[in-house]
Amino acid sequence: MTPEQRHRILALTPLERLNEGWLKLGIKATHRCVRGPETGMVMVRGRIGGTGNAFNLGEMTLTRVSVVLDENAPDGGDIGHGWVAGRSREHAELIALIDACAHKAHWARRIDAELIEPLTQALADERVERSQLAAATRVDFFTMVRGE
Amino acid sequence: MYVAVKGGEQAIANAHRWMADRRRGDRHQPELQTEQIRDQLGLAVDRVMAEASLMDVELAALALKQASGDLTEAVFLLRAYRTTLPRLADSVPLKTEAMHVERRISAAFKDVPGGQVLGPTYDYTHRLLDFMLLAEGEIPDPERAQAGLEACPQILDSLDAEGLIEKELDDGTEPYDITRDPPDFPVDRATRLQMLARGDEGYLLALGYSTQRGYGRNHPFAGEIRQGTVEVEIEVEGFDAPLCIGEVMISECQMINQFGGSREKSPQFTRGYGLAFGRNERKTMAMALIDRSLRAEELGEPVQGPAQQAEFVLAHADNVEASGFVSHLKLPHYVDFQSELELLRRLRREHDLREPSEQERPV
Repeated sequence: MTPEQRHRILALTPLERLNEGWLKLGIKATHRCVRGPETGMVMVRGRIGGTGNAFNLGEMTLTRVSVVLDENAPDGGDIGHGWVAGRSREHAELIALIDACAHKAHWARRIDAELIEPLTQALADERVERSQLAAATRVDFFTMVRGE
Repeated sequence: MYVAVKGGEQAIANAHRWMADRRRGDRHQPELQTEQIRDQLGLAVDRVMAEASLMDVELAALALKQASGDLTEAVFLLRAYRTTLPRLADSVPLKTEAMHVERRISAAFKDVPGGQVLGPTYDYTHRLLDFMLLAEGEIPDPERAQAGLEACPQILDSLDAEGLIEKELDDGTEPYDITRDPPDFPVDRATRLQMLARGDEGYLLALGYSTQRGYGRNHPFAGEIRQGTVEVEIEVEGFDAPLCIGEVMISECQMINQFGGSREKSPQFTRGYGLAFGRNERKTMAMALIDRSLRAEELGEPVQGPAQQAEFVLAHADNVEASGFVSHLKLPHYVDFQSELELLRRLRREHDLREPSEQERPV
């Protein structure tokens, strides 16, 4: 799994659920922040007509942080980055920590199988549920036959 | 001589204190929580975010609470907060075709892939007050279909094999950003859309309506209206692909309008586009009407109505600027007014001194 795929699931998952899954995993790693956490904004862009030139739609709050694992490695510990919509420093920091831990192959396997995989499933299930609500409001047209 | 006057500090402090008391209301009632505003007044929250041009549900709910429900004041509060934050990134343009659709309708095409999906809407209600809401009652859960929706591709792009509708193509132009540099008229379509996206809904609605009533006539069809969530991605150094940072609820409207064409191009339907944060359907419809009316010059149409005049429409669309300039009239203008009083008195004196015959002379 690529770091980008992992980051997507971590950012889309609500913090509470992410925290719970991470604690269950039991990976013990201490870290410190090397940049941020910092809350700012992202300028969200759209496209004219959905497919044309880009335009600036408006901004959204965004929090970022970079962490480094406390390790006795000669070139320092692994670095991780977290970027998440909103103002939750905790969420951004947890994403960054998991990103950093995933640099180690043995942890990456567990993170992907035991954390990302079930979280992916949970998000997919929620999307299906919302989609079912929408599907219940789908219009079935029928034609009135006149005369005969 | 200019005389500075100071005063009113105590009066202002007391006025704000009274305002806070008024906002709190009857202490026997539980205090309104921002979570309740977020969940139960969601459309007001969405409107505040769109017009403030800042997507943050919690802060918009807070702004509404602080402003006692005054939407324009809440927009102002959120816009002011916005200025305290640094810009960390620009997003990859939203892929609205990949929207997780909640609502999707077309008034132009009946049979569309994915179908006509009404979503949560006030359309088709009778607009009768529901007195049941005065009492506390159980609200039933929404109905759920066995299967989810099929894919809902963009209608205008998927159903136009004949090329009857103009295509919107990306030539890679980096968009102008009015939050960095003030707009310099005339402005391009991307800039217009940025200004319309944050424009006051009531104002856009009125101007859009004016085009329908004949001030810049341009008969539109609602080609597609959709609402749902879209993932937001940013480019970050050190990553090979864009990073998803979350998702955002948006509304989108594609209007199909009457024909444009030239000696080189055969006639085609033209398009107007509306896009806004949150569930802001009416706003995106109005925006799409005005996006199209502001293309009058580009499409060689006579500019006859107010909604076709870009500088007029765009320079007055922002309700933070508009309410600021109107509200400044409440500030003391004692000296200005004094000078006008004196001018008027002098004119009247001169008028009275004139010869009667001079006054009666026909002009």
